[in-house]
Amino acid sequence: MSTPENTTDRGVTLENSTAVDDAVENAVVESTPVQDSTTPQDDTTAAQNSAVHAVAEQDPHAPGAHDPDARGHFGPYGGRFMPEALIGALDELSAEYDKARLDPAFTDEFTRLLRDYAGRPSLLTEAPRFAEHAGGARVFLKREDLNHTGSHKINNVLGQALLTKRMGKKRVIAETGAGQHGVATATACALMGLDCVVYMGEVDTERQALNVARMKLLGAEVVPVASGSRTLKDAINEALRDWVTNVDTTHYLLGTAAGGHPFPLMVRNFHRVIGIEARAQVLEQLGRLPDVVTACVGGGSNAIGIFHGFVDDADVRLVGIEPAGKGIETGEHGATLGHGSPGMLHGAMSYLLQDEDGQTTEAYSISAGLDYPGVGPEHAWLKDTGRAEYRSATDAEAMHAFRLLSRTEGIIPAIESSHALAGALVLGRELGPEGVILVNLSGRGDKDMDTAAKYFGFYEES
Amino acid sequence: MGTLDTLFAGTRAEGRAALIGYLPAGYPTVDGSIDTLKSMVDSGCDLLEVGVPYSDPVMDGPTIQAAADEALRSGFRLRDLFRTVEAVSAAGGKAVVMTYFNPVLRYGVDAFSRDLAAAGGLGMITPDLIPDEAEPWLEASAAHGLDRIFLVAPSSSPERIAATTAASSGFVYATAVMGVTGARDAVGVEAEALVARTREHTSLPVGVGLGVRSGDQAAQVAGFADAVIVGSAFVTAARTGPDAVRALTEELAEGVRRTPAPIG
Repeated sequence: MSTPENTTDRGVTLENSTAVDDAVENAVVESTPVQDSTTPQDDTTAAQNSAVHAVAEQDPHAPGAHDPDARGHFGPYGGRFMPEALIGALDELSAEYDKARLDPAFTDEFTRLLRDYAGRPSLLTEAPRFAEHAGGARVFLKREDLNHTGSHKINNVLGQALLTKRMGKKRVIAETGAGQHGVATATACALMGLDCVVYMGEVDTERQALNVARMKLLGAEVVPVASGSRTLKDAINEALRDWVTNVDTTHYLLGTAAGGHPFPLMVRNFHRVIGIEARAQVLEQLGRLPDVVTACVGGGSNAIGIFHGFVDDADVRLVGIEPAGKGIETGEHGATLGHGSPGMLHGAMSYLLQDEDGQTTEAYSISAGLDYPGVGPEHAWLKDTGRAEYRSATDAEAMHAFRLLSRTEGIIPAIESSHALAGALVLGRELGPEGVILVNLSGRGDKDMDTAAKYFGFYEES
Repeated sequence: MGTLDTLFAGTRAEGRAALIGYLPAGYPTVDGSIDTLKSMVDSGCDLLEVGVPYSDPVMDGPTIQAAADEALRSGFRLRDLFRTVEAVSAAGGKAVVMTYFNPVLRYGVDAFSRDLAAAGGLGMITPDLIPDEAEPWLEASAAHGLDRIFLVAPSSSPERIAATTAASSGFVYATAVMGVTGARDAVGVEAEALVARTREHTSLPVGVGLGVRSGDQAAQVAGFADAVIVGSAFVTAARTGPDAVRALTEELAEGVRRTPAPIG
C-alpha cells in the first residue's frame, strides 16, 4: 500500500492516508489493482505533480457558493419534479451524500479509486498540428479518453457505486445512450460486487452493439427499451419505472448531471476533478489560464465537470457545444439550450426540446451520447446568467473534427467529444494566434468506429 | 363546499366507496374517448379521471403508455382535453384531469387552470408534482376553484404525508403499491396500511389506485378506502369495445357497493 509520502508524489494528496488505506482494504482491495511505488505510473511529470497539488487544495466535494439551494434549485431550475413514491429515496440519497461528501473515509476512498483504478490524473496534451486548423490558437486536450473504460463517465460511477454500498443497497440500475455510461456502471458494479441492470434504447443497442457486448461481459443485464423513441430518454423512463418498483433494494445510478435533486449536484461534484486537474495542468504547462474552456453538452456531465474548475475565473469563457445534428433548420438536432425552452423532464426543471403542448420532442445526433432532449439544470442556470455560452456543431462538423484529430494528432476521439473539437476549430479562428483553448476530450472513439467507417465509406473502399 | 366534497359526502352517506375511472383523452380518438367516458358515467363511475397523453409517462405501465402513444399519434392536442372535459361535464359527468406537469407548465399553469375550470373540470391529479414544487398550481387552483389531488405512496414518511395532505383538497390519491400503473392480480397489503397512515393526518377522503381490475378487488379496496381508482383495466376494456367498458364499469360499481366503507 502507498505511504502518505508516495501518495503525494503520485499526485493526489490525501489528508488522512491511513483512513483511506483502511477503507480501501475493507472495500475494494481484493479486486483493485493497487499500484506499488515501482510502477511506471509513479514516474509522474512535474506538471502532473502540480495538478495533483491543486486537487488537494480544491476539494471537489466541499459545499460552496455554486451549490443549489437545499431543495436543489439553481435559480429557477433543478428541484424535484418526481413522483412522491421516489421522494423518500431521493431524501435518503441526499442525506447520505451530504454526509459522505464531508467524510474523509468516503472522499479519500473515492480519490484513491480515481487514481489507482481509473488512472487519474488524466493527461493534458497540447495538440499543435490540430491547432494549425484552428486559426493558430493553442489547443490543449484534457484526456478523459485515457481513463479506464475510455471516458469521463468512470468518475461519476465510482462515486455513486461507493455511495450505493454505503447505503447498503445491492442492486444498481442505469440508463445508457452511447453505452459509455452503461459500460462504466457495469465496470464499477463488477469491481464492487453489485448487481447491475442497464436500460438502453433499442435504437442504441443496434448502433452500439460493441458496448452491449462489453456490458454483458462485465456481468450486467442489458434491457433493450422499445417504448417511445427507443433512445436515451426512453431508457431513463424505463429505469425510473424500475426504480419506483424496486427502490428499497436499488440505487438508480444516473449517468448525467440531470434528474431530481441531488443528482445534478452529486454528479457534478464527482466530475469536478476534471476541471480542477485541468486548471492546474494548464497553469503548469503554459503559465496562464486558457481563454476558453469548451466541452460537448448532451446531458452535460463532462462539461459541468470541467467548467467548474474555471467558473470563478471571470476571464475564462465557458463554451458548451451542443449537437446540431443535420442542421438546426432541419429540426433534427439535440441543441436543447440553444433551441429548446424551459420545462421539466426526468425530475428537474431545465431547458428541453418540446412542442407547444409540452410534449418532449425527439432529439437527433449522429452521436448516441448527445442524443437527448433535456440537459442538466445547472447548465440552464449558467446559460441564463451568462456565465457560460452554448453553441452547436453539426454531424458533419463533428465528423470533420473527428477525422482531423485522428490524422493530425493520432488521437481518435469519441464523436461526442468531436463536437467540442469542432467548436474549438471555430473558436480558434475567432481568437487568433494569441488564443488558448482547453477542450475536454471526454471519451475515446473506439466505440464509434462502425459509425465512422460507414460515414466515411471505409467499408465500400475495402 | 366543493363539488368533490359533495360527491364524497354522498357516497359516505350511502356507506360505500366511490368508483373513479381513468381514460386518456384522445384514446383512441378524441370523439371515441368522449363516448367511452360518457358510457363510464352512465354505467356507474362516480368520478372520471381524464388523462392527458404525454410523451414521457414515467409512472405508467405498458397499457397506459401504449394508449398515450396511440392518442398522440392520432394527433391529440391539449385543446382536445378541454373539449373532452366539457363534453363529459355537459353530459352530467364529473371529471378531474390527471396529468404530468410539463404540459400544464407549457400551457401556463394559470391559463390551464382557467380553461379547465371553464370546461367544467373539478380539479387535477399531478403524479409528478409534489407540493414542495407546486407554488404556481397552489395559487392557480385557489384562484379558479379547482381541487388539488396530490399523491401519497407506501414510501412516504409521516412528515411527507402530513405536508402532502395539508396541500390537498377534494381527496388524496394513495398509490397502492410501489410501482407503475397496470392491472394486477392482487392489490398490495401496503395499500390498507397507507390509507390508515394517511387518515392519521387528514379527514379528506382517500382514494386507492394502481392495480385494481375486478369487482372483487374493488370490494376489497372499498373495505378500507373512500374511493377505488381504476385505470389500465378501463384502457384495456376501451380497446375491446363499448360493451366491455359497460360490463367492467358495472362489475366495479357492484364491487364498491358490496362492502360498507368505513365512515371516515
